[in-house]
Amino acid sequence: MPPPPVGEADIERVFREEYGRAVAVLVRCIGDIDIAEDAVQDAFATAVQRWPATGIPPSPAGWIITTARHRAIDRLRREASRDERHAHAARLLASEPSSGEEEAVPDDRLRLMFTCCHPALAPAAQVALTLRLLGGLTTAEIARAFLVPESTMAQRLVRAKGKIRDAGIPYRVPGAHELPDRLRVVLAVIYLIFNEGYTASAGDGLVREDLCAEAIRLGRLAATLVPDDPEAIGLLALMLLIEARRAARATTDGGMVLVAHQDRGLWNRRLIEEGQTLVRHCLRRNQPGPYQIQAAINAVHSDAEHAAATDWRQILQLYDQWMAIAPGPVVALNRAVAVGEVDGPESALAIVEGLALDRYYLWHAIRADLLTRVGRYQDAALAYDAAIARTDNAVERTFLQRGREAVTPH
Amino acid sequence: MKLYLLSVYQPDGPPPPPDVLDPIIRNVRALQDELKAAGVWVFSAGLHEASTATVVRAKDGDLITTDGPYIDGKEHIGGFTVIKAPDLDAALEWARKSAKATTLPIEVRPFMDQH
Repeated sequence: MPPPPVGEADIERVFREEYGRAVAVLVRCIGDIDIAEDAVQDAFATAVQRWPATGIPPSPAGWIITTARHRAIDRLRREASRDERHAHAARLLASEPSSGEEEAVPDDRLRLMFTCCHPALAPAAQVALTLRLLGGLTTAEIARAFLVPESTMAQRLVRAKGKIRDAGIPYRVPGAHELPDRLRVVLAVIYLIFNEGYTASAGDGLVREDLCAEAIRLGRLAATLVPDDPEAIGLLALMLLIEARRAARATTDGGMVLVAHQDRGLWNRRLIEEGQTLVRHCLRRNQPGPYQIQAAINAVHSDAEHAAATDWRQILQLYDQWMAIAPGPVVALNRAVAVGEVDGPESALAIVEGLALDRYYLWHAIRADLLTRVGRYQDAALAYDAAIARTDNAVERTFLQRGREAVTPH
Repeated sequence: MKLYLLSVYQPDGPPPPPDVLDPIIRNVRALQDELKAAGVWVFSAGLHEASTATVVRAKDGDLITTDGPYIDGKEHIGGFTVIKAPDLDAALEWARKSAKATTLPIEVRPFMDQH
């Protein structure tokens, strides 16, 4: 029987799914990130040439890893005369049994995640490395997504990989006493990637949707690899529940639509169901954390068939719980919105006025909305102006502009 | 094993009063003992304050000597320890202990590999 035809999209899919795994295995075997990356890229280039004729092998990941391993051995042998370390690595790699262990040790990608998100690296470098090594995004793609020149991003990656090599940042899962703190960093990086994709700021829309998809993929991976941490599950649930509203959060001309005004028929029920199941699953552990609580708040929103049916009392309780474990002015601001729904805009306004968030555009935007609702239109107009002055995001500005026009006498 | 330099950054000026300094000295000595007992310690030293430093530069065939530290500022290296550690995580663990003992920031830098 002839092999089924293999298109570019099939290979692209294998690449997305298996690139990080292959790099993680090779880094473990070789101990050198650059050589591992080059070898895996070579292996995929070979796949693009061969698979259309031979069909996709039964274990694409195994094929890629074996091919990459041979490429790496060849290269290390070529360079062995110059560097004893390379000679050593080549011997080691060639002597390892190559059958049966092409499958990743389950910890490989997790190890790589902890290396990419090491606290000795700057947050921007953590994000870039994670997308590059685990997500397989090109330097150009990451640069576009973060609106920096490609040369800047390339430099950032080179510098980070140099630090991993020279400072001896280890390739391993941290010990139990360090694990909770280190996992917080990994989750923060994943959420940062998601938020960057979610914020409808300037830049290539498609690339930004890819960032959300990539963050969810990494979130699934983290939740699978560290099943004992309810915050990892909470983060995944949170991202799924927000992602579920993607189709409804913008008008056809790209304008912003708040949850209250969204067409709930456009919400992705499959993602909502998965997110809600995860929320129930992690809340049962009774170790609440910020991601789980945010996920639970979003789960309450997605429970309501229409905006008026939203259970704001339950949302307010969740904000109270959040304030109890991680108090902060931004959490207090979001809690005030829930207070506004339960106790009315006057109570909410009193809370908002007490928060020192003058530099935060959302503080002004929420204040403007509350002032409008209590009928203080002149103050509301000034608050809208302050909010508009504090955001560079065109979509948000347009949204605020409309709010301002509504309180301006015609 | 890699070598790491752990530098202590210390504010210029007179040392803190004995009721502050004495426990710090005790803690630093205890940490030195711990480093030695763990087989991690290679070398360590405290330095006189930065105002005692002299900088020499070679410029256009001349040697210029100036009084004071190379970098202006209110904080300078006050001492350092060289340790042997398997990786950065191990080195950072010792740096954390050192930061607690000295109550000062510790900069960790890897040595180049010796060939």
